[in-house]
Amino acid sequence: MRERPIRRGFVREAGLAIAPLLALLAVLPLLYNNQLLLLNAVVFLVLAQGLNLTYGFSGYLPFGYVGFFGAGAYGFALATLHAAAPPLAAVLAGGLAAGLAGLLLAPLLRLQGAYFGLASLAAAEALRHTIANPDLEALTGGPYGVRLDVPYAPRLTYGLALAILGLTMGVVAFLRHSRFGLRLRAARDNPISAATAGIDVVRGRLTVWLVSATAAGLIGAVFAWSAPTFFPDAVFDISFSIFAIVFTLFGGAGTLLGPVIGVAVLYGTYTAIGVSAPQYFQLVYGLLIMALVMFFPDGLAGIRMPWRRRDD
Amino acid sequence: MTELLATRGLETGYGTMQVLWGVDIDVGESETVVLLGSNGAGKTTLMKCLLGLLPQRGGEIRFRGESIGRLPTRARVQRGLAFMSELGVFPDLTVDENIDLGALFTPRARARTRAAELYDLFPVLKEKRRQAAGGLSGGQRKMLGIAKALAGDPKLLVMDEPSAGLSPLFVATVIRSLAACRAGGLSLLIAEQNVKFLELGDRVFTLEGGRIRFGGTPAEIQADDGLRRAYFGLGQDDPGQPDRGQAHDVRT
Repeated sequence: MRERPIRRGFVREAGLAIAPLLALLAVLPLLYNNQLLLLNAVVFLVLAQGLNLTYGFSGYLPFGYVGFFGAGAYGFALATLHAAAPPLAAVLAGGLAAGLAGLLLAPLLRLQGAYFGLASLAAAEALRHTIANPDLEALTGGPYGVRLDVPYAPRLTYGLALAILGLTMGVVAFLRHSRFGLRLRAARDNPISAATAGIDVVRGRLTVWLVSATAAGLIGAVFAWSAPTFFPDAVFDISFSIFAIVFTLFGGAGTLLGPVIGVAVLYGTYTAIGVSAPQYFQLVYGLLIMALVMFFPDGLAGIRMPWRRRDD
Repeated sequence: MTELLATRGLETGYGTMQVLWGVDIDVGESETVVLLGSNGAGKTTLMKCLLGLLPQRGGEIRFRGESIGRLPTRARVQRGLAFMSELGVFPDLTVDENIDLGALFTPRARARTRAAELYDLFPVLKEKRRQAAGGLSGGQRKMLGIAKALAGDPKLLVMDEPSAGLSPLFVATVIRSLAACRAGGLSLLIAEQNVKFLELGDRVFTLEGGRIRFGGTPAEIQADDGLRRAYFGLGQDDPGQPDRGQAHDVRT
């Protein structure tokens, strides 16, 4: 109805949430010297926000989301190994590879609920087994993985990961405050009614699905750049999907800061317990998730604070 | 009267089950047509087929002189068809957002003016414009469904059981609102079981078992003894002509 508040909402979220978060993450390496941990945190932030795009705005929960991450990692690897592409171009190739995988899997969007989730998981597994096929060793390295000869550039890869995070969060903020995002949310809540309002439900879902896949592919490519050797089992590990889903749901799907809170709390807890008391890791982690599902089904961001406006 | 919507020999169904058998109806410019039928008569199926939510298997649908039977729903809405059903609002979105979505193909300036007009027509919605639609009462949700359908300045509003789930008080309110729309020149096609909606009708069709059994004026349907028994629950010999305002709901 009112164009200006929509733009204002986007600018507000970009200025008050995305920019400060990126600034904080940019200075963290100066205060904390475990670069790998910080990069992994940003990788999970991107994956959580990417999953937030497709689940929060179209209602599709892809258990096989890791397939796009793996496709991005292998897109990067193949571009550097076989096309001698410079790393930055190879990162784009990773995003493209994941986008193409998303296009290939677009027919899955005809499925609903658990059927879609399981089919996407099966598709990710099929992709992993295809890449790990020993007959393709000359191309993909098969089950023996790939060894990349790219310059190790921790600052650059970290900066690139932050840029991808900023872009992904920017898309989330745009969807929260644009007419296109409004149509997506309407189609998510009631596809039949959305269609009778003239909303192109299929195109909206497909767009957000491809953007979500590309985000995972880009960060998968950055991950590959930071890891000189990796195997199919590592980059197609279902844990990536599980963590992205848990982080997103814990914080609150469809929100901007929910997945960030999810990663901060759960990845922080994961790391802290994993280091200090690994024997209690599964117990504490499981209890935390059970408490969330039982008491805050909409995630932490769903908790209403008296000072919060509805659209915050 | 200029023809706005017409179906000729329309047939459709679900899987192996055929539901509509050669349905012929028509709605003229600025005309209100009531489609009466009991549960399972095929009213909702006909509405879905008109909107393109269910593919037609035979016959033709013409809208403003154009055959639209093969067009997707979006294209039909763009041409001026609007649909209002029981589940037509988006519960997680605000009243404002719902109305905004009803005006997808309308220029922004006109959409704003139209929204203001609709809030004048439904003042209760204006008070709750920033509330989620899921928090509205059944009657208010119905009004929002109508407002959303009207937001895009449609040529024809197709409604599936606007009285469903409403108290008699709210049914009267809905009828008053629709009468105001009708007075503004909007064409209406109302599928109903509640004969109170005959108050609005210029013409009425009855649908039974997926076939049109009667087409005529509200006065003609009341003059037909069999139809009176079926839809008003009264025969020729019953004392007194039923007042339309007290007509029975055949939803039993």
